[in-house]
Amino acid sequence: MTDEQGMEPGLPSGPEGPALPPEHPSRRGMFGAEGSGDTSGYGGLVPRDTNPVRGASTPRPWAEEFERLDEEVGSALREAGIGYEDAVEKVVVDRGQMTIFIKREKLAETAKVFRDDPALRFEMCTGVDGVHYPEETGRELHACIQLLSITHNRRVNLEVACPDDDPHVPSITETYPSANWHEREAYDFFGIIFDGHQALTRIQMPDDWPGHPQRKDYPLGGIPVEYKGATIPPPDERRAYQ
Amino acid sequence: MNDVTFTPAEETDDPYAGVRETTEGPVYTVTGQDWEDVVGAAAAGEERVVVNMGPQHPSTHGVLRLILELDGEIVTEARCGVGYLHTGIEKNMEYRNWTQGVTFVTRMDYLAPFFNEAAYVLGVERLLGITDDIPDRANVIRVMMMELNRISSHLVCIATGGMEIGALTVMTVGFREREKTLDIFELITGLRMNNAYIRPGGVAQDLPPGAVESVREYLRWMWDHIGELESFCNENPIFKGRTVGIGYLDLAGCMALGITGPMLRATGLPWDLRKSQPYSGYETYDFDVPTADTCDAYGRFRIRIDEMKESLKIVEQCLDRLEPGPVMIEDKKIAWPAQLAIGADGMGNSLDHIRHIMGESMEALIHHFKLVTEGFRVPPGQVYSAIESPRGELGAHVVSEGGTRPYRVHFRDPSFNNLQAVSATSEGGMVADVIVAVASIDPVMGGCDR
Repeated sequence: MTDEQGMEPGLPSGPEGPALPPEHPSRRGMFGAEGSGDTSGYGGLVPRDTNPVRGASTPRPWAEEFERLDEEVGSALREAGIGYEDAVEKVVVDRGQMTIFIKREKLAETAKVFRDDPALRFEMCTGVDGVHYPEETGRELHACIQLLSITHNRRVNLEVACPDDDPHVPSITETYPSANWHEREAYDFFGIIFDGHQALTRIQMPDDWPGHPQRKDYPLGGIPVEYKGATIPPPDERRAYQ
Repeated sequence: MNDVTFTPAEETDDPYAGVRETTEGPVYTVTGQDWEDVVGAAAAGEERVVVNMGPQHPSTHGVLRLILELDGEIVTEARCGVGYLHTGIEKNMEYRNWTQGVTFVTRMDYLAPFFNEAAYVLGVERLLGITDDIPDRANVIRVMMMELNRISSHLVCIATGGMEIGALTVMTVGFREREKTLDIFELITGLRMNNAYIRPGGVAQDLPPGAVESVREYLRWMWDHIGELESFCNENPIFKGRTVGIGYLDLAGCMALGITGPMLRATGLPWDLRKSQPYSGYETYDFDVPTADTCDAYGRFRIRIDEMKESLKIVEQCLDRLEPGPVMIEDKKIAWPAQLAIGADGMGNSLDHIRHIMGESMEALIHHFKLVTEGFRVPPGQVYSAIESPRGELGAHVVSEGGTRPYRVHFRDPSFNNLQAVSATSEGGMVADVIVAVASIDPVMGGCDR
């Protein structure tokens, strides 16, 4: 494909149509079978990466409510003396929900603006949880924060990413005391360290547990089960279509 | 056995009985035969008793551990230890397909299985973009099951709460009514708990013959018998003495601690996701959101009673609007195929379905095979879907990478969040009131620890 010399002039060098999204970082093949050889003939297919978590902001226009919310976020941040571009990394509007990716160094101040600004007034933080994307180099660990405004009856999600080798994220417990246990859980399961948390200890696992069990590189564990002579491997070793 | 010699605690090096020097002074661990040391230390100076209540204590609602610091009978500091029922459900779901996930989530908050299923399934359906394609009958059945479940969950809350303050009749009455509800669950889903009934695309089974009549009979029974609980408790001077003004948490406290459900509504704020952010067609039902303005355990009890009545009203409306029709989505690439029936051998199977896939339709066979071996794929993305469970906002954060399995599922369980209020509701009160405060939070540790 790279050699264009032999091609007739006027013919496109690549496949026609709109540019394809980038390759998916981890998925391969049509059926996602692993460890048993490719018997389908489709194992070499490259799925495209359309996950809105990666990539740029969702192109506008968004639904009216999200455009308005974005405007209100902009003016609230300006009033608080935080530049919109300094705090907001990107905005994803997907499936009727808005996720604002916040740059991690600005998270604590931004959360306070989201609570205190009268146009935003997200009084309640309903939860914080982690997600591990091992393929996203430099931003492997994500902390997702769900905010709820009872005043305006709407929700918004904040998301902040941090690298695996520097898993620090500012704590929002100063603003939202309810995030206390949720941050402890995200630390317990993913190893995200919330700076400024008063007592960041494990909450679900025993205190002396090694590792952070919900990371993707942490094995599920389990033993083979024998039943009437046949042996069934543990769930993470079974052949499956992923 | 009388020749056991007593070794004074200070001479033993048993870490579980005796005295330890710490930076805060000597710490006595009372395990037996060392009471004299403790009394001596108390008489000598500062008395600071730390009591570990639970995790195996009948009054802590399952395996909740309360760490109480006492000054006489007054609680000066109360903390919770959770995690004793952590079973790794969220991690396990990443190794099963989307439909199998229902079987896991139903086991989390084991008193509200239908709510766990609904929160997860609504999230998956939103990711698939099929929220509007769910058949009406499936939505009506979902709402009906959730409201019946709300009743059974509130009944357990009131029953165990009553037992913990010594009102044993409240316990027996509450559990009797709950059995009636579980009988309905068994009739409709085949199981009393852990039903795995609400599936992506609809519900697993249509209502069996006679279900509508049974539910109507149940409604008559419940209208007659909820009043019994009220007459036991509402104006009972002992019950009021134990609950009025206990476990106080006002609106500001609820906001700061993210408290939802009956605890929030007991501060007078009528916040109910069924009204404010409706799902599954709740906006078309006629019901009220009960509130109280007492901020205490008594108000929460009254709210739960009133919510059960509202739930009965909703179930009645569900029965009236049940029209014949499918209970699973049209799309054969998502709809789980089998409508099981009990065969002559007592095994669950569906001869009609087998006849259809083996003798009539090649496509049906392919769909069946692909769905059961491979499952369906969900387009990548993430959603947070929240519903109003009996304990407050139950949220499911569902993340897909485009595969046949969830990439990550996180449950924001109201029990987990609301237990953060234990300190705020019980510090400064008596030890006995801790029990009432915790009971009014209504935590279920299966949901809290997942």
